[in-house]
Amino acid sequence: MSTGNRVPFDPEAITLVVQRGIPHCGVIGIEVKDVDKTGVTMVLPYREDLVGDPRSGVLHGGAITTLIDSVSGVSVYVGLGAFAAIATLDLRIDYLRPATPHIDLLARAECYKVTRQIAFVRAIAHHGDVNDPVAHSVSTFMIDSSETKPLAAIVAEELEAERKRSGK
Amino acid sequence: MTESLERLVASVRETGEWYRLAAALPYFRFLDVQIEEGEFGLITIMPANDKLIGNPFLPAIHGGVVGAFLESAAIIQLLATHETESIPKIVNLSVDYLRSAKPVETYAQAVIAKPGRRVANVRVEAWQGRRDKPVAAAHAHFLLR
Repeated sequence: MSTGNRVPFDPEAITLVVQRGIPHCGVIGIEVKDVDKTGVTMVLPYREDLVGDPRSGVLHGGAITTLIDSVSGVSVYVGLGAFAAIATLDLRIDYLRPATPHIDLLARAECYKVTRQIAFVRAIAHHGDVNDPVAHSVSTFMIDSSETKPLAAIVAEELEAERKRSGK
Repeated sequence: MTESLERLVASVRETGEWYRLAAALPYFRFLDVQIEEGEFGLITIMPANDKLIGNPFLPAIHGGVVGAFLESAAIIQLLATHETESIPKIVNLSVDYLRSAKPVETYAQAVIAKPGRRVANVRVEAWQGRRDKPVAAAHAHFLLR
C-alpha cells in the first residue's frame, strides 16, 4: 500500500483534526486535552444523555468505548509521526470500575509500537489519576487503510491554507 | 422514571413492547435503538443518524459507536433471556472491526455463549444490508449481580 498520502504530524493541528475529522466526538463533547511526545489525552465531560443505567447515573460503557477508540486512533498519528488513513482492527477494553457520575472522564493513549502496516496502542480511562483507572484497553490499527486522502491530511491542508490567508 | 427498571423489564418480557425498554435508558435513546423480534431471537437496530459519523470523508460510523451498539445488543439480550433483572455491568469487551460501517441502518444480534449465575459471556455480530457480511463482531463478559 502506498504511503504517499501521509503528511507530517503537527500537534497544533490535532484539535482541528478531531473537531472536523471526527464529528461524533464533537456531538458528545469529546475534546483533546493534551498531546505530548508519547501520547494523547482526551476528555469526555459527563452528560446525562450518555447514561447507561438510570438508577446509578453511570455512563454507558459505550461512551467510554467511544472515548478510548478516539484517543487511541489519534495516538497512532503521534506514534507514526504522521497523519495517515487509519482504521481500527480490534479494540479490547477491561472496565475496571464504574465511571463516577457528574465528573469528567479522561483517557490517555500511547501508541507503543508501529510496524509497516500495523500500530499497537494501549489506553487508560481515568478521572485524573492514571493509577486509579476506570478502564484499560489495548487496540490495533491498520495504517494507510484507505487509498483516499487521510482525514487528518485534509484538515492539515485546510489549516495551512487558513494560515496563508491570514498572512502568518 | 415512573416505574422501576425491574418492573419494566418484567412487563416488557410479557408484552414484547421492547420500545419501552429502549426508551428507558438514556444512551439507548441517544442511539435511537430499536428492538424487534426476529426469527432466531431479538434483533437490535440502530437507525442511520449523522450524529454517529466518525469519519465524514469515507463516510463511516464512529468505531466507538459500533462498539457501543454491540454492547447495547448484548445487554438487551441478557435482559430478554432472564439472565438478569437489572442492567448487567460490563466487565470487558473485545471488538473486531471487519468492514467500515457505512452511515446506514445497522443491525445486531447477540447470542449468550455461556450463561452463568454471576457472569455471562455474550457474542454479538453487527451487519448492514447483507447479514453474511458483518461489519463488526464482539465478545464480552457481563457481571449479572
